[in-house]
Amino acid sequence: MPERTEVVTSQPRAGAPRRPLLEVVGLSAWYGEAQVLSDVSLDVGSGEVVTLVGRNGAGKTTLLRSVMGLHKQTRGSVTFEGLEITRRTADARARLGVGWVPDDRGIYATLSVEENLLLPPVVHEEAWPIERVYESFPVLHERRDFPGTKLSGGEQQMLAMARVLRMGARMLLLDEPSEGLAPVIVQRIGEIIREIKGQGVGVLLVEQNVKFAATVADRHYLLAQGRVVEHLDNRQFQDRESELLTYLGM
Amino acid sequence: MSAFVQYTLQGLAAGGFYALSALGLAVIFGVLGVVNFSHGACYMLGAVIAAVLLAEVGIHFWVALLVVPVIMFGVGVLIERLLVRWLLQLDPLYNFLLTFGLALVLVEAVKRRYGVSGLPYEVPAGLSGQITVAGVGLPAYQVFACLFSVAICLLSWLLLAKTRVGMIVRASTEAPERTRALGINVGLWVTPVFGFGIALAGLAGVLAAPFRAITAEMGSNFVIVLFAVVVIGGLGSILGAVVAGFLVGLVEAYGVAYAPAYAQIAIFVLMAIVILVRPSGLFGREETA
Repeated sequence: MPERTEVVTSQPRAGAPRRPLLEVVGLSAWYGEAQVLSDVSLDVGSGEVVTLVGRNGAGKTTLLRSVMGLHKQTRGSVTFEGLEITRRTADARARLGVGWVPDDRGIYATLSVEENLLLPPVVHEEAWPIERVYESFPVLHERRDFPGTKLSGGEQQMLAMARVLRMGARMLLLDEPSEGLAPVIVQRIGEIIREIKGQGVGVLLVEQNVKFAATVADRHYLLAQGRVVEHLDNRQFQDRESELLTYLGM
Repeated sequence: MSAFVQYTLQGLAAGGFYALSALGLAVIFGVLGVVNFSHGACYMLGAVIAAVLLAEVGIHFWVALLVVPVIMFGVGVLIERLLVRWLLQLDPLYNFLLTFGLALVLVEAVKRRYGVSGLPYEVPAGLSGQITVAGVGLPAYQVFACLFSVAICLLSWLLLAKTRVGMIVRASTEAPERTRALGINVGLWVTPVFGFGIALAGLAGVLAAPFRAITAEMGSNFVIVLFAVVVIGGLGSILGAVVAGFLVGLVEAYGVAYAPAYAQIAIFVLMAIVILVRPSGLFGREETA
């Protein structure tokens, strides 16, 4: 992978060896009158893990929701696998291979663990068969008949990620997967992220845990008050870790 | 003792009408987020259509039990396509007002056409007598109505619990936005679900036809009790709607039998107690932080 040291890339990288999997250009978003995102541009390649780092209220979750098509008040464009999806509905985007793992994990209480896994349609040939999901996450197999929300927080996070992998998502939108989880589980989530990265899946990761972000990501976008203020590769990010921690108030 | 058994049966039969209708109301609320105030009017329409089919076309009860829900499914599809759909993006209050107005229109239309006195409907042949269970004589029709409601509730439950369609309806009921983000076109299910809910109300109307006075106003009080049922069961809970339906039927029947003056109040006292002890209803999920 070539070194990238340039700051905010608002232009698509012309002549880049491969087209990015996900490309966001000039995205702005509002809640009523309040603007929460201003002209955000970023991209994520296949097999690349990119984080969005920023304080609470910086607009990270809104950005993920806008990419998923759940936030309606937006301007700008979102392109996925070379296809402009800005005007597509959330369900159409999911069927193209965008997998959303929300910050509350989004596990259904009225569906069993197995039903949670089987709910999304299979949309890609490289989707994980249910057997593979159970092999990777034996606990989900053990508890497959339990209501989804009877799982522990860590197990629910696994389930939420496994669900979009079973669907065959090529791009994961992960909203704070490590939040509130024990270190050993955060480590396991890191392993999963590295595994799917190896399969060419792209990951856009919202993360407050800077140390965790540095262990899995290739690049980082720093978001402040709805703008991308810095764009760092992982080496720069690690060099400035203590500064960033202070900036984030941690 | 035998009187108590009879009241219980009466309660369960009436509870069946509530359970079926509340089930429809709960599914509609779950998937569309619409509080369908016209549900009582649709129950009334089911009974009126059954009576008209019998009087004018000679279609008897057993066929009506099949035909009326199909007609009401169509009515539901029309209501959703022509009216409700346009307001789904707005505040839920708009659809509440729309269906409230629709209920008034339906009631007045039936009044104009069929007057205010009750339409006759005889208990179907074969169910007009009494059957004796353990030495207690019970009206055969009530036994049938009660068992039939339970059977339909069970079938609906199987549909919801064991099929892919049911899984999608449950998921959409619990979290419509998230379900869309997982690749399900929730909008595709909105029309059939609305039709299904209305069909259940119509079916309850047919079942009630031989048992209740068939008038334009029969749904007006019914729908108020129905909202109590849904609140007691837990808004958005399908199982809760069914259980609370039978429970409210029983409370009402015992009230009428033992304390007639308080029969109607009893239901709302029950509702108040449930809300005080469990604000989210018997089967409603607790609010999560």
